[in-house]
Amino acid sequence: MSYKTPLGQVRGLGSAKGGTRHWWTQRLTAVALVPLMVWFVVSILMMMGADRVVIVGWLDNPLVAGLMLVLILATFHHAQLGLQVVIEDYVHSDIWKIGLIVFVKFAALLLGGIAVISVLKLAFGS
Amino acid sequence: MVELALPRNSKVRKGKTWPAPTGAKHVKKFKIYRYDPDDHRNPRLDSYEINLDDCGPMVLDAVIKIKNEVDSTLAFRRSCREGVCGSCAFNIGGTNTLACTSFINDYKGDIAIYPLPHMPVVKDLIPDLSQAYAQLASVEPWLKTKTSAPERERLQSPEDRERLDGLWECVLCFSCSTSCPSYWWNGDRYLGPAVLLQAYRWLADTRDEFAGERLDNLEDPFRLYRCHTIMNCTRTCPKNLNPAKAIAEIKKMMLARQ
Repeated sequence: MSYKTPLGQVRGLGSAKGGTRHWWTQRLTAVALVPLMVWFVVSILMMMGADRVVIVGWLDNPLVAGLMLVLILATFHHAQLGLQVVIEDYVHSDIWKIGLIVFVKFAALLLGGIAVISVLKLAFGS
Repeated sequence: MVELALPRNSKVRKGKTWPAPTGAKHVKKFKIYRYDPDDHRNPRLDSYEINLDDCGPMVLDAVIKIKNEVDSTLAFRRSCREGVCGSCAFNIGGTNTLACTSFINDYKGDIAIYPLPHMPVVKDLIPDLSQAYAQLASVEPWLKTKTSAPERERLQSPEDRERLDGLWECVLCFSCSTSCPSYWWNGDRYLGPAVLLQAYRWLADTRDEFAGERLDNLEDPFRLYRCHTIMNCTRTCPKNLNPAKAIAEIKKMMLARQ
């Protein structure tokens, strides 16, 4: 039982004065991912069954390697922004909420990092 | 956590049936949610069979007829019976709308009437809207200026006045907010479409001088950005307004001042 007034509850701790950047970045990465994903899927389909030399040769092109890096960064950044919103929407226990958000952010960083290093390794031909 | 099932004390029981008077030719069955906090029992769904030949054309006419002639214990809010007061908003046939502007004949089969979804119920069809009203108060929905009051009325061009069309008509029935899943799950922090439409009504008013402070107050991951453009608000609005567009306009203003 709380005797706090409804207005007191609504005003709460005030506004966070943020959220616009999160929202806008999610939109921007979404827009960027549309052509990037089409390019990526078409490229992979065209190399179906090709051996490693062909793939490495493809990634040897700085334009391809650059697009791959942008694709990876946009994908994982977009994913962690979106999952954060989903968790905030549906998980209301503070411990679970914070824990899951931290897990998602760390997982995105780790997986994105591995993907970036993989592309760089192939692009630099080792 | 999201509530996928009703809590135990909210599960709806089968209720009483009030049959139509003998000899009635055009009978419509109204299934109405009943809850009385004093009897310590779960809510129930009562069925009222109404003779349409002896009833006005609107859903509210039937509900008033039930209270006057069939079962005076039914509790609901109503006032103007012409769609300007926003009191008689219920969930009718699965959609939030005003009972007074909904024709009985537009509904096929039985008509189910529940209180606005996901709000605490005071009794029967009466939701507790204290939080929604407090949220409205929190956006300070009145003209605010730094310039001291002029000798005569504050001027506004016809074009500027036009920007308020589609905003001022809101009757604050909260059909939109209570149809919004984001408001269901996070209504304690998300302001909801009705209140954000009102916030934009003052942001769009060229006579107001507090846009910056108003935007500061709204710029929040929960207050504003819980809107995920689900669009239930716009679909359900009994006045055919577009709260989703108003929210999008607020987001555009947030970007414009970056």
